[in-house]
Amino acid sequence: MMISLKELEVDFGPVKAVRGVSFDVPEGASFGLVGESGSGKTTVLRVLGGAIKPTRGTIDIAGRPLTPDKAFYRSLQMVFQDPYGSLHPRQTIDRILSEPLLVHGIDDHEKRIARALDEVALPSMMRFRYPHQLSGGQRQRVAIARALMVEPRIMLLDEPTSALDVSVQAEILNLLQDLRKRRNLTYVLVSHNLPVVAHLCDRLAVMQQGQIVEILDNDALRARRATHPHTRQLIELSLDLEEATTV
Amino acid sequence: MSQPEKAFVEVENLRVSFPGPTGPTEAVRGVSFKMGRERLGIVGESGSGKSVTGRSLMRLLTPRAQVTADKLMVAGHDISRASEAEVRALRGRKIGLILQDPKFSLNPVKTVGQLIGETWRVHHGGNAKDARAAVMELLAQVQIRDPNRVVDAYPHELSGGMGQRIMIALMLAPGPELLIADEPTSALDASVQTEVLRLLDNLVTSRGMGLILISHDLPLVSRFCDRVLVMYAGRVVEQLAARDLANAKHPYTRGLLNCLPRLTRKTDRLPVLTRDPAWIDGGAA
Repeated sequence: MMISLKELEVDFGPVKAVRGVSFDVPEGASFGLVGESGSGKTTVLRVLGGAIKPTRGTIDIAGRPLTPDKAFYRSLQMVFQDPYGSLHPRQTIDRILSEPLLVHGIDDHEKRIARALDEVALPSMMRFRYPHQLSGGQRQRVAIARALMVEPRIMLLDEPTSALDVSVQAEILNLLQDLRKRRNLTYVLVSHNLPVVAHLCDRLAVMQQGQIVEILDNDALRARRATHPHTRQLIELSLDLEEATTV
Repeated sequence: MSQPEKAFVEVENLRVSFPGPTGPTEAVRGVSFKMGRERLGIVGESGSGKSVTGRSLMRLLTPRAQVTADKLMVAGHDISRASEAEVRALRGRKIGLILQDPKFSLNPVKTVGQLIGETWRVHHGGNAKDARAAVMELLAQVQIRDPNRVVDAYPHELSGGMGQRIMIALMLAPGPELLIADEPTSALDASVQTEVLRLLDNLVTSRGMGLILISHDLPLVSRFCDRVLVMYAGRVVEQLAARDLANAKHPYTRGLLNCLPRLTRKTDRLPVLTRDPAWIDGGAA
């Protein structure tokens, strides 16, 4: 297993944000976490990213307990929701992409940056621009390129397309799909958009009030074999909107 | 779809441009539409001019914006020629505006009771006691479950969905005839989104108001509107009844619907939108 979570609990003071969450993600798989604001999905992602210490429970990454050292932070990278807030406004794309290489003492910047830009389908002339000169979709491509710089094995994606227009969303989702196959990456995706999760993930967990209420695979989701009322409610909402707009 | 005989909003050839270092940018390029007391959706991507169109109706753009129109009538007033005082009298009283994020649109140092009460008194007069009663009534109308707690709460103590209900109550206080809602639910979860829109829908219908719903979310808009305008690069490229959305003709509209991931369709890759330069000039319909 690439990721193995057992009985994860996170308390913020008196608030129990995550209560007894367990799941496994094999290498090269894509796992989705769905739920409403406050359900704890982002907290779980942040624990996996080493940004929050769990109160209780065990986390194994590639068979070893999570230890927040340099090797760990290199093996896993995060892409955030807002491409406007997650790139340094005063740094060129070149500088932004160099940063992870400097941090991890990786050389050969020139070649690696060129390759990363190519991989996310950004023209090489973007390299010396600033984030404000790019569109939202292009910025999200830069954020993805930055995550790829250190050649991670796991990508944590926090609502990576919810700030984007639907046409750009489709392009970014296709890109993420391609990258996962090409690099055998393991994804954990957090989103409140069920169709997005269904598109990108083989399995997903539905969270409510800090707990996983149901884990189901893609086929079960699409065949509407969900059993928990909250999952069914989320599915109904999505289908209701799809019905009116099927071309 | 019955075209209303007496149009509440009439826009003809609306053009808005913003000056910039490399010359003016044209955000809206000749938009025309009419609406009565119906629910009209304006849909488009970032930069399509949908919000600028909405704001022009209340003259809420920066004074640097150059706005021209052959006709810009709202509630019997010609917005393009009206004095500032005249427009100010329309804002709130006749036209309410609901914004995307209650976190940034509600005054953080006032309680819900103060926010709504103040607005109500500006428009209806009356004393503090009357205002309090009106506030409780409005909170009930926007389906706040425990109005006694919420009335004394500050905006940061409310969830996103509740904040948006408060914003709706605030906009309803003067009793406007038209509500413009600009991405009213984009900051909310899927289920709360539907709840808030359903609420908005009920209120608009029961009060006989007009609603302009501005959003990038085509499925959501079509679910809650009678008619939809699809904007691209500052123009309306297609105008259709919401229930006919599935039969949209314009390749842009079809493209937007096509690139959505769906539970009912499993594909490895999503279709992407190929933009035809002819769309910019309103072609390819």
